[in-house]
Amino acid sequence: MPATALAEADSAPAVVTPSAMPPSFGTLALRWYRLNRAGLRAAAIGVISLLAFLLVWHLLTTYRVVFFVRFTNVPSPLAVYASFTKAIHDPKFLMHILLSCRRIFIGFSLAAIVGVPLGLIMGRFKLVHEIIFPVAEVLRPIPAIAWVPMAIMLWPTNEQSIVFITFLGSFFPILVNTLHGMSLVDPVLVRAAQCLGARERSIFREVYFPASLPHIFTGLTVGMGVAWVSLIAAEMISGQYGIGYFTWEAYSLVQYADIALGMIAIGVLGLGSSVLIRGAGRLVMPWRAK
Amino acid sequence: MSEVSVNAPKGHIEVRDFSLAYETIEGAVQAVTDTQIHVKPGEFVSIVGPSGCGKSTLLNAVAGFLKPTTGIVTVDGERVNGPSAERGMVFQQYSLFPWKTVRENVEFGLKMRGMPRSQRERAARTLLGLAGLEAFEKHYPEKLSGGMKQRVGIVRALATGPKVLLLDEPFGALDAQTRVIMQQILTNMWQRLKISVLFVTHDIDEAIFLSDRVYCMTARPGSIKAEIPIPLERPRQQSMMMSSEFLALRRGLMSLIREESLKAMGGEITDMGMQGLSIELHGHSLADVI
Ligand SMILES: Nc1ncnc2c1ncn2[C@@H]1O[C@H](COP(=O)(O)OP(=O)(O)OP(=O)(O)O)[C@@H](O)[C@H]1O
Ligand SMILES: [Mg+2]
Repeated sequence: MPATALAEADSAPAVVTPSAMPPSFGTLALRWYRLNRAGLRAAAIGVISLLAFLLVWHLLTTYRVVFFVRFTNVPSPLAVYASFTKAIHDPKFLMHILLSCRRIFIGFSLAAIVGVPLGLIMGRFKLVHEIIFPVAEVLRPIPAIAWVPMAIMLWPTNEQSIVFITFLGSFFPILVNTLHGMSLVDPVLVRAAQCLGARERSIFREVYFPASLPHIFTGLTVGMGVAWVSLIAAEMISGQYGIGYFTWEAYSLVQYADIALGMIAIGVLGLGSSVLIRGAGRLVMPWRAK
Repeated sequence: MSEVSVNAPKGHIEVRDFSLAYETIEGAVQAVTDTQIHVKPGEFVSIVGPSGCGKSTLLNAVAGFLKPTTGIVTVDGERVNGPSAERGMVFQQYSLFPWKTVRENVEFGLKMRGMPRSQRERAARTLLGLAGLEAFEKHYPEKLSGGMKQRVGIVRALATGPKVLLLDEPFGALDAQTRVIMQQILTNMWQRLKISVLFVTHDIDEAIFLSDRVYCMTARPGSIKAEIPIPLERPRQQSMMMSSEFLALRRGLMSLIREESLKAMGGEITDMGMQGLSIELHGHSLADVI
């Protein structure tokens, strides 16, 4: 039976056959537009909605609206922008940001380095699961912030205790999601690997690990979010330096514009780090690309 | 190609005094009892039987996933006590690794055997070519149609040059046309590789069309009710399915299965009821309906 007949027989994905003439720029642009229409629409609406948010903020603050909430002292977007242009040239502000990023990087990386392998091993070996799971279940509901006093006692420096809090915040979501991923691995795939000659170690590397990756990345995304929450709280309570400390300090120093600036910086940093993780996920899991 | 084509037929399967019971909370469920089957080297043998009679159980025991409660399974005189690359398996659920491309899936068994990358790439390409899939080597399984997935599954199972190919209702989820093509491909590969095949199916036509011999099982607890040689000459053509010889075999097998299916349905169905049923099912095999 000829190969082409076979390939056509079941509905194969259409293979684009390049025509002799390369399409003109105009056709390409039109095609690109057609394919991305939905995305463009979403982007346009997104920009409009952000602008509307700024406008509402501007109006509420310029007219100092008091309606249950008081906007009397809330800085206007322009005031925040002004303090942003000042801050960006201020090495101290940049240091706050850099320090926070460093804490996140160390705490989160440690959580991933410990949490993912631990989850994989717990998912594979019952005994390890039976030993560690109860402890994890007891510690998990304790919010990282509740660890602040304990962390200060445990660690010799403030810096270490803040990193520890960040670590704790991201550790449990990473562990739990990795475990969840392991529990959902399709046993048929394990069998398929076994009757292709795979041994325990290869099955772990070639089946369990990649099969759990989507859930591991869910864990990393959630963990990153919680890491920022925990970090900011820890910095506000016990910090010197860091963007959380900056925000709290601005309040004590009655620099209202800096409060909003700190908040926005935290938002942007949080967004940036979750974009990074999503990008890493795409790189590591090309089969899930749409 | 040296790893797939060997001249002497191989893979003598023997199942002797076989029984298998599942341990459950309500006690042991006897799935298969007192079963003897064999597949001669290079032979194509099918197992048909009513739903739940233990076909998959038997096949999984030959694959090495299940241990017989009593009896013994041997392949070429060696006792089966675990899955191995000597016995390739194709599952009803498409069991391709979603994180591997078509070619990587096919390479998997060779990789497990430690074959160097360039060599196994070449081997995989050759095999994919035989199945008319070379154009899709870089695709991820998600993008393939059901028929193509199953074709890759067969190629993957054959890549390591197993002595025996086990298939558990591999075409059950495919539409009629695709099924016919898949049957052709399977026949071609089987003849080329001269290995023995044990094929589980619901479809009586499929069993007759493909096999040298068909085992018909009783309702649960399953055992062999009858063994029917299929003397149709090879190569087999689609047109043979209308021959009187084929139809006679079909009638015989159908009435055997009908008896067992009715038992399996647990009803004490009277002759009247049976007549009514067979009129309703006119033109279809009962096993198809169940
Ligand atoms: N893990 C299990 N525990 C308990 N009983 C089981 C288990 N697996 C199968 N059985 C029972 O054993 C019997 C045989 O199952 P098996 O899957 O081998 O049948 P089958 O002939 O392949 O059925 P089907 O045609 O539906 O695929 C069935 O009655 C089933 O309910
Ligand atoms: Mg079955």
